Amino acid sequence: MLDKYGIAKRIAKEIKDGYYVNLGIGIPTLVANYIPEHINVVLQSENGLLGMGPFPFEGEEDADYINAGKQTITTLPGSAFFDSAMSFGMIRSRKVDLTILGAMEVSENGDIANWKIPGKMVKGMGGAMDLVASAENIIVAMQHVNKAGESKLLSSCTLPLTGVKCVKKVVTELGVFEIMETGGFKVLELHDGVSLDMVKQSTAGKLYY
Amino acid sequence: MIDKTVLNAQEAIEDIQDGMTISLGGFGLCGIPENLISALLEKGIKGLTCISNNAGVDDFGLGLLLQKKQVKKMIASYVGENAEFERQMLSGELEVELIPQGTLATRLMAGGYGMPVIYTPAGVGTEVAVGKEVRRFTFHGVEKEYLMEHAFEPDFAFVKAWKGDRAGNLVYRGTAQNFNHAVAMCGKITIAEVEELVEPGELDPNFIHTPGIFIHKIFQGEKYEKRIEQRTVRNKDDNE
Repeated sequence: MLDKYGIAKRIAKEIKDGYYVNLGIGIPTLVANYIPEHINVVLQSENGLLGMGPFPFEGEEDADYINAGKQTITTLPGSAFFDSAMSFGMIRSRKVDLTILGAMEVSENGDIANWKIPGKMVKGMGGAMDLVASAENIIVAMQHVNKAGESKLLSSCTLPLTGVKCVKKVVTELGVFEIMETGGFKVLELHDGVSLDMVKQSTAGKLYY
Repeated sequence: MIDKTVLNAQEAIEDIQDGMTISLGGFGLCGIPENLISALLEKGIKGLTCISNNAGVDDFGLGLLLQKKQVKKMIASYVGENAEFERQMLSGELEVELIPQGTLATRLMAGGYGMPVIYTPAGVGTEVAVGKEVRRFTFHGVEKEYLMEHAFEPDFAFVKAWKGDRAGNLVYRGTAQNFNHAVAMCGKITIAEVEELVEPGELDPNFIHTPGIFIHKIFQGEKYEKRIEQRTVRNKDDNE
Protein backbone atom coordinates (compact mmCIF):
# COMPACT_ATOMS: atom_id res chain seq x y z
CA MET A 1 0.00 0.00 0.00
CA LEU A 2 1.29 3.48 -0.87
CA ASP A 3 1.08 6.79 0.97
CA LYS A 4 0.49 10.04 -0.92
CA TYR A 5 4.21 10.39 -1.69
CA GLY A 6 4.23 6.86 -3.09
CA ILE A 7 1.25 7.68 -5.31
CA ALA A 8 3.05 10.80 -6.56
CA LYS A 9 6.22 8.79 -7.21
CA ARG A 10 4.31 6.17 -9.19
CA ILE A 11 2.56 8.80 -11.32
CA ALA A 12 5.90 10.43 -12.12
CA LYS A 13 6.71 7.27 -14.14
CA GLU A 14 3.95 8.24 -16.59
CA ILE A 15 5.78 11.42 -17.54
CA LYS A 16 7.89 11.14 -20.68
CA ASP A 17 10.76 13.15 -22.10
CA GLY A 18 9.51 16.28 -23.88
CA TYR A 19 6.16 16.47 -22.09
CA TYR A 20 4.41 19.67 -21.05
CA VAL A 21 2.53 18.72 -17.88
CA ASN A 22 -0.17 20.43 -15.81
CA LEU A 23 -0.28 19.37 -12.16
CA GLY A 24 -3.39 19.98 -10.07
CA ILE A 25 -3.57 20.83 -6.37
CA GLY A 26 -2.86 18.18 -3.69
CA ILE A 27 -1.09 14.88 -4.48
CA PRO A 28 -0.48 15.96 -8.12
CA THR A 29 1.69 18.87 -6.90
CA LEU A 30 3.98 16.32 -5.20
CA VAL A 31 4.62 14.59 -8.53
CA ALA A 32 7.05 17.39 -9.45
CA ASN A 33 9.47 16.08 -6.80
CA TYR A 34 9.81 12.68 -8.52
CA ILE A 35 10.32 13.58 -12.19
CA PRO A 36 13.52 11.77 -13.26
CA GLU A 37 16.44 14.13 -13.78
CA HIS A 38 17.45 12.67 -17.14
CA ILE A 39 14.26 13.73 -18.91
CA ASN A 40 13.19 17.21 -20.00
CA VAL A 41 9.74 18.14 -18.75
CA VAL A 42 8.08 21.55 -18.57
CA LEU A 43 5.42 22.20 -15.94
CA GLN A 44 2.53 24.45 -16.96
CA SER A 45 0.74 26.40 -14.26
CA GLU A 46 -2.59 27.66 -15.58
CA ASN A 47 -2.31 31.03 -13.84
CA GLY A 48 0.28 31.92 -16.47
CA LEU A 49 3.64 30.16 -16.24
CA LEU A 50 5.50 27.60 -18.30
CA GLY A 51 8.60 26.20 -16.67
CA MET A 52 7.64 26.19 -13.01
CA GLY A 53 10.66 25.83 -10.75
CA PRO A 54 10.96 24.70 -7.12
CA PHE A 55 9.82 26.69 -4.08
CA PRO A 56 12.04 29.73 -3.37
CA PHE A 57 14.65 29.74 -0.62
CA GLU A 58 13.46 31.33 2.60
CA GLY A 59 13.55 35.12 2.29
CA GLU A 60 13.34 34.99 -1.50
CA GLU A 61 9.54 34.55 -1.77
CA ASP A 62 7.98 36.94 -4.27
CA ALA A 63 4.23 37.72 -4.18
CA ASP A 64 4.24 38.06 -7.99
CA TYR A 65 5.56 34.51 -8.52
CA ILE A 66 2.96 31.90 -7.58
CA ASN A 67 1.51 28.67 -8.98
CA ALA A 68 -2.15 27.76 -9.47
CA GLY A 69 -2.27 26.57 -5.84
CA LYS A 70 -1.22 30.12 -4.83
CA GLN A 71 2.09 28.78 -3.49
CA THR A 72 5.24 30.86 -3.94
CA ILE A 73 7.43 29.35 -6.66
CA THR A 74 10.43 30.20 -8.83
CA THR A 75 11.16 30.18 -12.55
CA LEU A 76 13.78 28.18 -14.46
CA PRO A 77 15.98 29.05 -17.43
CA GLY A 78 13.55 28.98 -20.38
CA SER A 79 10.45 29.89 -18.37
CA ALA A 80 7.72 32.11 -19.81
CA PHE A 81 4.86 34.13 -18.33
CA PHE A 82 1.59 34.78 -20.17
CA ASP A 83 -1.99 35.82 -19.55
CA SER A 84 -4.85 33.57 -18.43
CA ALA A 85 -6.67 33.56 -21.78
CA MET A 86 -3.53 32.36 -23.57
CA SER A 87 -2.94 29.80 -20.84
CA PHE A 88 -6.27 28.12 -21.53
CA GLY A 89 -5.58 28.41 -25.24
CA MET A 90 -2.60 26.12 -24.66
CA ILE A 91 -4.83 23.72 -22.77
CA ARG A 92 -7.72 23.68 -25.26
CA SER A 93 -5.45 23.41 -28.30
CA ARG A 94 -3.79 20.37 -26.72
CA LYS A 95 -0.28 21.72 -26.38
CA VAL A 96 -0.26 20.32 -22.83
CA ASP A 97 0.55 16.60 -23.06
CA LEU A 98 -0.50 15.34 -19.66
CA THR A 99 -2.87 16.53 -16.94
CA ILE A 100 -2.71 15.09 -13.43
CA LEU A 101 -5.44 16.00 -11.00
CA GLY A 102 -7.19 14.93 -7.83
CA ALA A 103 -10.81 13.78 -7.59
CA MET A 104 -13.61 13.04 -5.16
CA GLU A 105 -15.13 10.42 -7.49
CA VAL A 106 -14.31 8.72 -10.78
CA SER A 107 -16.78 6.53 -12.66
CA GLU A 108 -16.09 3.40 -14.71
CA ASN A 109 -16.75 5.31 -17.94
CA GLY A 110 -14.19 8.01 -17.08
CA ASP A 111 -16.45 10.71 -15.61
CA ILE A 112 -14.88 12.78 -12.86
CA ALA A 113 -16.33 14.82 -9.96
CA ASN A 114 -14.08 17.10 -7.94
CA TRP A 115 -15.53 20.57 -7.43
CA LYS A 116 -18.67 20.55 -5.32
CA ILE A 117 -20.56 18.71 -2.58
CA PRO A 118 -24.07 20.20 -2.75
CA GLY A 119 -25.06 22.05 0.43
CA LYS A 120 -21.69 21.35 2.04
CA MET A 121 -18.60 22.31 0.15
CA VAL A 122 -18.44 24.62 -2.82
CA LYS A 123 -14.96 25.65 -3.75
CA GLY A 124 -15.51 25.96 -7.47
CA MET A 125 -14.08 24.16 -10.45
CA GLY A 126 -11.16 26.50 -11.09
CA GLY A 127 -9.42 25.29 -14.25
CA ALA A 128 -10.39 21.62 -13.82
CA MET A 129 -13.38 21.67 -16.18
CA ASP A 130 -11.32 23.24 -18.97
CA LEU A 131 -8.49 20.77 -18.43
CA VAL A 132 -10.62 17.63 -18.43
CA ALA A 133 -12.68 18.79 -21.42
CA SER A 134 -9.63 19.26 -23.63
CA ALA A 135 -6.70 17.19 -22.39
CA GLU A 136 -5.89 14.00 -24.29
CA ASN A 137 -4.25 12.28 -21.37
CA ILE A 138 -5.73 12.65 -17.90
CA ILE A 139 -4.48 10.76 -14.86
CA VAL A 140 -6.29 11.00 -11.54
CA ALA A 141 -4.36 10.77 -8.27
CA MET A 142 -6.54 10.02 -5.26
CA GLN A 143 -7.30 7.80 -2.29
CA HIS A 144 -9.31 4.69 -3.19
CA VAL A 145 -12.00 5.37 -0.56
CA ASN A 146 -13.27 8.55 1.10
CA LYS A 147 -13.08 9.43 4.80
CA ALA A 148 -16.32 7.55 5.44
CA GLY A 149 -14.74 4.44 3.92
CA GLU A 150 -16.87 4.56 0.74
CA SER A 151 -15.38 3.72 -2.64
CA LYS A 152 -14.41 6.63 -4.89
CA LEU A 153 -14.25 4.33 -7.95
CA LEU A 154 -17.91 4.05 -8.87
CA SER A 155 -20.21 2.76 -11.58
CA SER A 156 -21.47 6.34 -11.91
CA CYS A 157 -20.59 9.52 -10.00
CA THR A 158 -23.01 10.76 -7.34
CA LEU A 159 -21.54 14.29 -7.05
CA PRO A 160 -21.88 17.08 -9.66
CA LEU A 161 -19.59 16.25 -12.59
CA THR A 162 -16.47 18.11 -13.63
CA GLY A 163 -16.22 16.30 -16.95
CA VAL A 164 -17.54 13.25 -18.80
CA LYS A 165 -15.65 10.30 -20.30
CA CYS A 166 -12.27 11.94 -19.90
CA VAL A 167 -10.16 10.11 -17.29
CA LYS A 168 -7.72 7.58 -18.74
CA LYS A 169 -6.02 6.24 -15.64
CA VAL A 170 -6.43 6.31 -11.85
CA VAL A 171 -3.60 5.83 -9.38
CA THR A 172 -4.60 5.16 -5.75
CA GLU A 173 -2.84 3.79 -2.67
CA LEU A 174 -3.91 0.30 -3.78
CA GLY A 175 -2.96 0.21 -7.45
CA VAL A 176 -3.04 1.57 -10.98
CA PHE A 177 -6.29 1.30 -12.95
CA GLU A 178 -7.09 1.99 -16.56
CA ILE A 179 -10.53 3.18 -17.65
CA MET A 180 -11.57 0.77 -20.40
CA GLU A 181 -13.12 2.02 -23.64
CA THR A 182 -16.14 -0.17 -23.00
CA GLY A 183 -16.39 0.92 -19.35
CA GLY A 184 -14.85 -0.50 -16.19
CA PHE A 185 -11.63 -0.25 -14.19
CA LYS A 186 -8.90 -2.57 -15.44
CA VAL A 187 -6.30 -3.48 -12.84
CA LEU A 188 -2.88 -2.68 -14.33
CA GLU A 189 -0.84 -2.93 -11.15
CA LEU A 190 -1.35 -3.78 -7.50
CA HIS A 191 1.06 -1.98 -5.16
CA ASP A 192 3.24 -3.96 -2.72
CA GLY A 193 1.23 -5.65 0.00
CA VAL A 194 -2.11 -5.16 -1.77
CA SER A 195 -4.29 -8.14 -2.66
CA LEU A 196 -6.93 -8.30 -5.36
CA ASP A 197 -9.49 -8.93 -2.62
CA MET A 198 -8.62 -5.61 -0.97
CA VAL A 199 -9.18 -3.84 -4.29
CA LYS A 200 -12.44 -5.68 -4.92
CA GLN A 201 -13.73 -4.66 -1.50
CA SER A 202 -12.86 -1.00 -2.05
CA THR A 203 -14.12 -0.67 -5.62
CA ALA A 204 -17.82 -0.07 -6.28
CA GLY A 205 -17.47 0.17 -10.07
CA LYS A 206 -16.92 -2.74 -12.46
CA LEU A 207 -13.46 -4.22 -12.02
CA TYR A 208 -11.54 -6.22 -14.63
CA TYR A 209 -8.39 -8.20 -13.81
CA MET B 1 0.00 60.95 -26.70
CA ILE B 2 -3.34 60.96 -24.94
CA ASP B 3 -2.83 61.42 -21.23
CA LYS B 4 -4.94 58.96 -19.18
CA THR B 5 -3.60 59.95 -15.79
CA VAL B 6 -5.85 60.59 -12.82
CA LEU B 7 -4.69 61.60 -9.36
CA ASN B 8 -5.70 58.57 -7.31
CA ALA B 9 -8.15 55.69 -6.80
CA GLN B 10 -10.84 58.02 -5.39
CA GLU B 11 -10.84 60.15 -8.55
CA ALA B 12 -10.67 57.05 -10.77
CA ILE B 13 -13.91 55.56 -9.38
CA GLU B 14 -15.99 58.76 -9.20
CA ASP B 15 -18.41 57.60 -11.95
CA ILE B 16 -19.12 54.19 -10.44
CA GLN B 17 -22.64 53.79 -9.13
CA ASP B 18 -24.52 51.21 -7.05
CA GLY B 19 -25.57 48.14 -9.02
CA MET B 20 -22.84 48.27 -11.66
CA THR B 21 -20.82 45.35 -12.99
CA ILE B 22 -17.05 45.36 -12.49
CA SER B 23 -14.50 42.82 -13.68
CA LEU B 24 -11.26 42.63 -11.73
CA GLY B 25 -7.84 41.18 -12.53
CA GLY B 26 -5.89 38.94 -10.17
CA PHE B 27 -5.40 35.28 -9.30
CA GLY B 28 -5.93 34.66 -5.61
CA LEU B 29 -4.32 37.75 -4.07
CA CYS B 30 -1.68 37.97 -6.81
CA GLY B 31 -2.01 41.00 -9.08
CA ILE B 32 -5.26 42.34 -7.59
CA PRO B 33 -6.15 46.05 -7.85
CA GLU B 34 -5.71 46.68 -4.11
CA ASN B 35 -6.13 50.45 -4.18
CA LEU B 36 -9.30 50.41 -6.30
CA ILE B 37 -10.88 47.80 -4.01
CA SER B 38 -10.04 50.00 -1.00
CA ALA B 39 -11.63 53.00 -2.71
CA LEU B 40 -14.87 51.06 -3.35
CA LEU B 41 -14.87 49.98 0.29
CA GLU B 42 -14.33 53.53 1.51
CA LYS B 43 -17.03 54.99 -0.74
CA GLY B 44 -19.51 52.25 0.24
CA ILE B 45 -20.73 51.48 -3.29
CA LYS B 46 -23.28 48.67 -3.09
CA GLY B 47 -25.14 46.09 -5.14
CA LEU B 48 -22.09 45.31 -7.24
CA THR B 49 -21.73 42.39 -9.61
CA CYS B 50 -18.07 41.36 -9.56
CA ILE B 51 -16.41 39.22 -12.21
CA SER B 52 -13.14 37.88 -10.83
CA ASN B 53 -11.40 34.51 -10.81
CA ASN B 54 -11.42 34.42 -6.99
CA ALA B 55 -13.18 36.30 -4.21
CA GLY B 56 -10.17 37.21 -2.08
CA VAL B 57 -9.71 35.95 1.47
CA ASP B 58 -11.76 36.93 4.53
CA ASP B 59 -9.75 40.06 5.32
CA PHE B 60 -8.17 41.05 2.02
CA GLY B 61 -9.01 41.64 -1.62
CA LEU B 62 -12.65 41.21 -2.63
CA GLY B 63 -13.26 39.59 0.76
CA LEU B 64 -13.29 43.12 2.21
CA LEU B 65 -16.25 44.11 -0.01
CA LEU B 66 -18.06 40.87 0.82
CA GLN B 67 -17.76 41.54 4.55
CA LYS B 68 -19.44 44.92 4.09
CA LYS B 69 -22.15 43.29 1.92
CA GLN B 70 -21.29 45.53 -1.03
CA VAL B 71 -21.40 42.65 -3.51
CA LYS B 72 -24.76 41.42 -4.79
CA LYS B 73 -23.45 38.86 -7.24
CA MET B 74 -20.13 37.16 -7.75
CA ILE B 75 -19.01 35.47 -10.97
CA ALA B 76 -15.86 33.43 -10.27
CA SER B 77 -14.17 30.09 -10.87
CA TYR B 78 -12.70 29.26 -7.46
CA VAL B 79 -13.73 30.61 -4.07
CA GLY B 80 -12.13 28.08 -1.73
CA GLU B 81 -10.14 30.41 0.52
CA ASN B 82 -12.97 32.55 1.84
CA ALA B 83 -15.15 31.38 4.75
CA GLU B 84 -17.41 34.47 4.72
CA PHE B 85 -18.02 33.97 1.01
CA GLU B 86 -18.99 30.34 1.54
CA ARG B 87 -21.32 31.34 4.37
CA GLN B 88 -23.08 34.05 2.29
CA MET B 89 -23.36 31.70 -0.68
CA LEU B 90 -24.80 28.75 1.25
CA SER B 91 -27.26 31.04 3.09
CA GLY B 92 -28.41 32.58 -0.19
CA GLU B 93 -27.40 36.16 0.73
CA LEU B 94 -24.96 36.29 -2.14
CA GLU B 95 -25.79 35.34 -5.71
CA VAL B 96 -22.99 33.21 -7.13
CA GLU B 97 -22.21 31.97 -10.60
CA LEU B 98 -19.28 29.57 -10.70
CA ILE B 99 -17.80 29.11 -14.16
CA PRO B 100 -14.73 27.27 -15.47
CA GLN B 101 -11.55 29.32 -15.26
CA GLY B 102 -10.75 29.06 -18.97
CA THR B 103 -14.33 30.03 -19.83
CA LEU B 104 -13.97 33.06 -17.57
CA ALA B 105 -10.68 34.13 -19.17
CA THR B 106 -11.96 33.58 -22.69
CA ARG B 107 -15.29 35.36 -22.12
CA LEU B 108 -13.30 38.37 -20.90
CA MET B 109 -10.99 38.07 -23.89
CA ALA B 110 -13.94 37.81 -26.30
CA GLY B 111 -15.30 41.08 -24.89
CA GLY B 112 -12.00 42.77 -25.69
CA TYR B 113 -11.74 41.11 -29.11
CA GLY B 114 -15.20 42.33 -30.12
CA MET B 115 -16.69 38.85 -30.43
CA PRO B 116 -20.12 38.26 -28.84
CA VAL B 117 -19.77 34.54 -28.11
CA ILE B 118 -17.25 31.73 -27.86
CA TYR B 119 -17.69 27.96 -28.04
CA THR B 120 -15.83 25.88 -25.50
CA PRO B 121 -15.88 22.20 -24.54
CA ALA B 122 -15.44 23.09 -20.83
CA GLY B 123 -18.50 22.09 -18.82
CA VAL B 124 -20.21 19.91 -21.45
CA GLY B 125 -22.29 17.26 -19.65
CA THR B 126 -22.11 19.12 -16.31
CA GLU B 127 -24.43 21.55 -14.52
CA VAL B 128 -22.49 24.40 -16.15
CA ALA B 129 -24.15 23.41 -19.44
CA VAL B 130 -27.71 23.77 -18.16
CA GLY B 131 -29.72 26.17 -20.33
CA LYS B 132 -26.87 26.79 -22.76
CA GLU B 133 -26.79 26.24 -26.49
CA VAL B 134 -24.78 23.13 -27.40
CA ARG B 135 -23.31 22.63 -30.87
CA ARG B 136 -21.21 19.88 -32.40
CA PHE B 137 -18.02 20.85 -34.23
CA THR B 138 -15.21 18.82 -35.74
CA PHE B 139 -11.99 20.38 -34.49
CA HIS B 140 -8.51 18.90 -34.07
CA GLY B 141 -9.92 15.95 -36.05
CA VAL B 142 -12.48 15.06 -33.40
CA GLU B 143 -16.22 15.72 -33.42
CA LYS B 144 -17.55 16.74 -30.04
CA GLU B 145 -19.92 19.07 -28.24
CA TYR B 146 -19.21 22.69 -27.38
CA LEU B 147 -21.09 25.17 -25.19
CA MET B 148 -21.90 28.66 -26.38
CA GLU B 149 -20.73 31.25 -23.85
CA HIS B 150 -21.28 35.02 -24.03
CA ALA B 151 -18.55 37.67 -23.93
CA PHE B 152 -18.34 39.83 -20.81
CA GLU B 153 -19.08 43.54 -21.22
CA PRO B 154 -18.63 44.96 -17.72
CA ASP B 155 -19.37 48.64 -16.98
CA PHE B 156 -15.92 48.96 -15.41
CA ALA B 157 -12.75 46.90 -15.41
CA PHE B 158 -10.10 47.19 -12.69
CA VAL B 159 -6.56 46.02 -13.39
CA LYS B 160 -3.24 46.16 -11.64
CA ALA B 161 0.07 46.32 -13.49
CA TRP B 162 3.70 46.59 -12.47
CA LYS B 163 4.51 49.59 -14.62
CA GLY B 164 2.42 51.87 -16.77
CA ASP B 165 2.95 55.13 -18.61
CA ARG B 166 0.68 58.18 -18.85
CA ALA B 167 -0.63 56.88 -22.20
CA GLY B 168 -2.00 53.81 -20.41
CA ASN B 169 0.47 51.25 -21.77
CA LEU B 170 0.93 48.46 -19.22
CA VAL B 171 3.60 45.94 -18.27
CA TYR B 172 2.86 43.16 -15.80
CA ARG B 173 5.33 41.22 -13.68
CA GLY B 174 5.49 37.44 -13.25
CA THR B 175 2.24 35.59 -12.67
CA ALA B 176 0.63 38.88 -11.54
CA GLN B 177 -0.28 39.24 -15.21
CA ASN B 178 -2.91 36.46 -14.97
CA PHE B 179 -6.41 37.83 -15.74
CA ASN B 180 -5.35 41.47 -15.87
CA HIS B 181 -4.75 41.64 -19.62
CA ALA B 182 -8.10 40.09 -20.60
CA VAL B 183 -9.92 42.16 -17.96
CA ALA B 184 -8.29 45.35 -19.24
CA MET B 185 -9.46 44.64 -22.78
CA CYS B 186 -13.14 44.04 -21.99
CA GLY B 187 -14.11 47.02 -19.83
CA LYS B 188 -16.39 49.75 -21.20
CA ILE B 189 -14.25 51.89 -18.89
CA THR B 190 -10.97 50.34 -17.75
CA ILE B 191 -9.02 51.71 -14.81
CA ALA B 192 -5.41 50.66 -14.30
CA GLU B 193 -3.47 51.06 -11.09
CA VAL B 194 0.28 50.59 -11.28
CA GLU B 195 3.14 50.20 -8.86
CA GLU B 196 5.16 52.66 -10.90
CA LEU B 197 3.78 55.34 -13.23
CA VAL B 198 6.37 56.51 -15.76
CA GLU B 199 6.60 59.11 -18.53
CA PRO B 200 5.77 58.13 -22.13
CA GLY B 201 8.91 56.81 -23.81
CA GLU B 202 10.25 55.12 -20.72
CA LEU B 203 8.59 51.77 -21.51
CA ASP B 204 10.01 49.91 -24.51
CA PRO B 205 7.19 49.65 -27.11
CA ASN B 206 8.48 46.14 -27.94
CA PHE B 207 7.55 44.91 -24.50
CA ILE B 208 4.08 46.34 -23.79
CA HIS B 209 1.57 43.73 -22.57
CA THR B 210 -1.60 45.86 -22.79
CA PRO B 211 -1.62 48.86 -25.18
CA GLY B 212 -2.98 52.15 -23.80
CA ILE B 213 -6.01 52.21 -26.10
CA PHE B 214 -7.74 49.78 -23.72
CA ILE B 215 -7.06 51.97 -20.67
CA HIS B 216 -9.22 54.99 -19.82
CA LYS B 217 -7.71 56.02 -16.50
CA ILE B 218 -4.38 55.26 -14.89
CA PHE B 219 -2.79 56.12 -11.56
CA GLN B 220 0.03 55.02 -9.31
CA GLY B 221 -1.27 53.09 -6.30
CA GLU B 222 -0.67 54.78 -2.97
CA LYS B 223 0.66 51.59 -1.36
CA TYR B 224 0.82 47.86 -2.07
CA GLU B 225 0.60 45.15 0.52
CA LYS B 226 1.00 42.32 -2.06
CA ARG B 227 0.02 39.68 0.43
CA ILE B 228 1.19 36.08 -0.10
CA GLU B 229 -1.51 33.43 0.32
CA GLN B 230 0.62 30.27 0.56
CA ARG B 231 4.20 30.96 1.60
CA THR B 232 6.12 27.87 0.49
CA VAL B 233 9.91 27.69 0.72
CA ARG B 234 12.75 25.16 0.56
CA ASN B 235 15.75 24.99 2.88
CA LYS B 236 19.10 26.42 1.83
CA ASP B 237 20.70 22.99 2.26
CA ASP B 238 18.07 21.21 0.14
CA ASN B 239 19.41 19.98 -3.13
CA GLU B 240 16.05 20.36 -4.86
